[in-house]
Amino acid sequence: MKHSSFFWFVLPSTLLMLAFIAFPIVSVITQSFYTAHDQVIVEVENCGPFGCTKSTSVDQTATQTLRDAEPLGKFAGFGIYRDRNHLALDEVARAWVNADGLPDFGRSLMNLPFYKAMAFTLTYTAVVTPLTIILGFFIAIAVNSVARALKGPTIFFSLLPMIVTPLVGSLILFWMVDARGILGTGLQWLAGDPGLSVKASTGLMWIMLMVYGVWHAAPFAFVVFYAGLQTVNSDTLESAMVDGATRWERIRFVVLPHLLPLVTFVALIQLMDNFRVFEPIVSFNAQAHATSLSYAIFNDLGGETRLLSSAAATSVLTIIGIGILLSPVLVRTWRDFDRK
Amino acid sequence: MIHVFRTTVAAAALIGSAGLASADCGIAAGRVNIIGNEFPAIQTIGAMAEDCVSDTVTVQSNLTADHQTLNVAGMSGNPAEYTSAVIANSSIVALINADVIRPLDDLVAEYGADIPDRMKITIDGKVMAIAFMANAQHLVYRADVLEQAGLAVPTTYEEVLAAAEKIRADGIMQNPLGGAYAAGWNLAEEFVNMYIGEGGAFFVPGSAEVAINNPQGVAALEMLKSLTAYMNPDYLTHDSNGTSAEWEAGNIALMNMWGSRTGVLMDSDGSAPEVYENTKVGGPLMVGSSGVPATTLWWDGWTVAKNISDEDAAATFQALAHAVSPATLNADTMGQAVWLIDGYVPAPVNEGVLASVAAGSQPYPMLPYMGLLQTALGDNIADFLQGKESADQALADIEAAYTVAAKEQGFIQ
Repeated sequence: MKHSSFFWFVLPSTLLMLAFIAFPIVSVITQSFYTAHDQVIVEVENCGPFGCTKSTSVDQTATQTLRDAEPLGKFAGFGIYRDRNHLALDEVARAWVNADGLPDFGRSLMNLPFYKAMAFTLTYTAVVTPLTIILGFFIAIAVNSVARALKGPTIFFSLLPMIVTPLVGSLILFWMVDARGILGTGLQWLAGDPGLSVKASTGLMWIMLMVYGVWHAAPFAFVVFYAGLQTVNSDTLESAMVDGATRWERIRFVVLPHLLPLVTFVALIQLMDNFRVFEPIVSFNAQAHATSLSYAIFNDLGGETRLLSSAAATSVLTIIGIGILLSPVLVRTWRDFDRK
Repeated sequence: MIHVFRTTVAAAALIGSAGLASADCGIAAGRVNIIGNEFPAIQTIGAMAEDCVSDTVTVQSNLTADHQTLNVAGMSGNPAEYTSAVIANSSIVALINADVIRPLDDLVAEYGADIPDRMKITIDGKVMAIAFMANAQHLVYRADVLEQAGLAVPTTYEEVLAAAEKIRADGIMQNPLGGAYAAGWNLAEEFVNMYIGEGGAFFVPGSAEVAINNPQGVAALEMLKSLTAYMNPDYLTHDSNGTSAEWEAGNIALMNMWGSRTGVLMDSDGSAPEVYENTKVGGPLMVGSSGVPATTLWWDGWTVAKNISDEDAAATFQALAHAVSPATLNADTMGQAVWLIDGYVPAPVNEGVLASVAAGSQPYPMLPYMGLLQTALGDNIADFLQGKESADQALADIEAAYTVAAKEQGFIQ
């Protein structure tokens, strides 16, 4: 392709990507280096139906002058990244010095919101991603061997968890695992403990969230692998059969190598998705037991006073985190590309 | 959306009937667009304001539980999308901080002669909002369960604990207490109640510096934890809706609940006669020896946006003044809230809120930085209740989290 036609060909998508992906990220990064201006606080008397009280309020005219002088806010450098609600560098250093052994340091670390969120997010990503891929693969193989007439309905039912909106899907599960729900009561009966409650225990809540994560994402892996299975060379499969390969050996030596590039693709998407885990935490009301970086952003923006800079800093940390997680897969893809 | 649709239909119908005005609000022309929370009393206000629709006046309303995430953004533009936000004493602070609402003094002088002084919310001498209802949390109890256990109606949290122990020991209910203890805003609110009841002050007077790591703070946390021992183990996931559902299912006998939600508990929908016939409201609960009830007083009111034309502001003021006039009160709307409107006659469901006002409860602090403390409280109390850390550690965490946020917002230099 000529350079000029290539240029005109990609121009629209480049412009769209700049406008909707690059610029917002630049804006978020900029925001994360600025904090709000010092508020000019004045003492006032507030009156209402319950009488008058002495209180404080923001002096709008004085604060507005500060805002007009520097519309972006007060430059804070890496101040927000370093503070206790984010990387908490000072607190971590202090905990390291004062810690009475590694477990004690771990406990202090888990008391800081960022590390608490990271602990859950990374565990979630590490558990859910491989399980999704394995489960999706086995569903694909199972569906592929179903009789032709039944294939349509089976595919539809296998896709259901992905079709259901995450918030709704997790709410349904939330009520089912309630102590009085069908799954909750079932678990109590299985464990022989009438006081067992999934929602009251941090460990069980983590397991619940991960089970939900696998349930919700497996259909995605299934669809990709199922599409891949349709392109497996039937000659190779037949010759493997002639050579006396068992079903397992055919999967292990013919199907799996064929699907490997797809595994990379699914792993890439799932790593990104799982690192951003959010909806189940909200609908399971799980914030007392598990938080994630996305939840922290939501929490910053959802309060009565919105913490824009804090949310921006957490967003940048999320982007960096995803970058680190994806780097091995990206490097691998790059090498494959280079070899060709 | 339904409201927008209804208004559009109403407007179309009016245009069709050649400009027949449905109610005379005395508005010449203008645009009214209201954003607010969604519960029966506010829906009544929205519907009354829509009466003022004429061929020169448009009235829209967007009543949703997500109003707090929409109102500041929707009023920041010029002209603002929303000409009025219905808010409470906690959420007005966000609007004042962002400087998106206007003082109402000149509008009150021109169109608001009938509005009594108790409805006017003044900040630094300027009327910033018109309140139309009061709200508070107070005791709700099951008369039959207390009778069965041979107990009097508790008036303090210490008595609530004793009553819970008796009900459990008698085998009537395993977990007789309820409460909106969901981690986040609800749990923070329970701490605010308890801390005020213990006689604590949240900030160093006149500054944004937090001061809750003290004996009152520890006592408040310990009391919350003692109460949770008699609650459904899932309490950290139960918000006001969840707790109300537990109540209607007949699983709880005592709880601290919002006055605005008791009407639903006492009607015949959603619960067995045994439950709703025996649901009674008590006064605010006391704790410790401070003499101040462990609850906060709230008002709900409306504001007028700053970034709109004077014509729209006048139209908004007049439509909402009409909505909070005595004409709003009738047999259907009377029991929806503790109205501050002239001509209000209290119904039995509203006695709890009135008792809270009479007992000298404190209003929820209307401070620019209170929302930040509420968020910090909501994020850090659950660890203590689950036994993962000490009360001192939890309070230290809350103070640290708040201080960082307050610095970022410029409240602490």
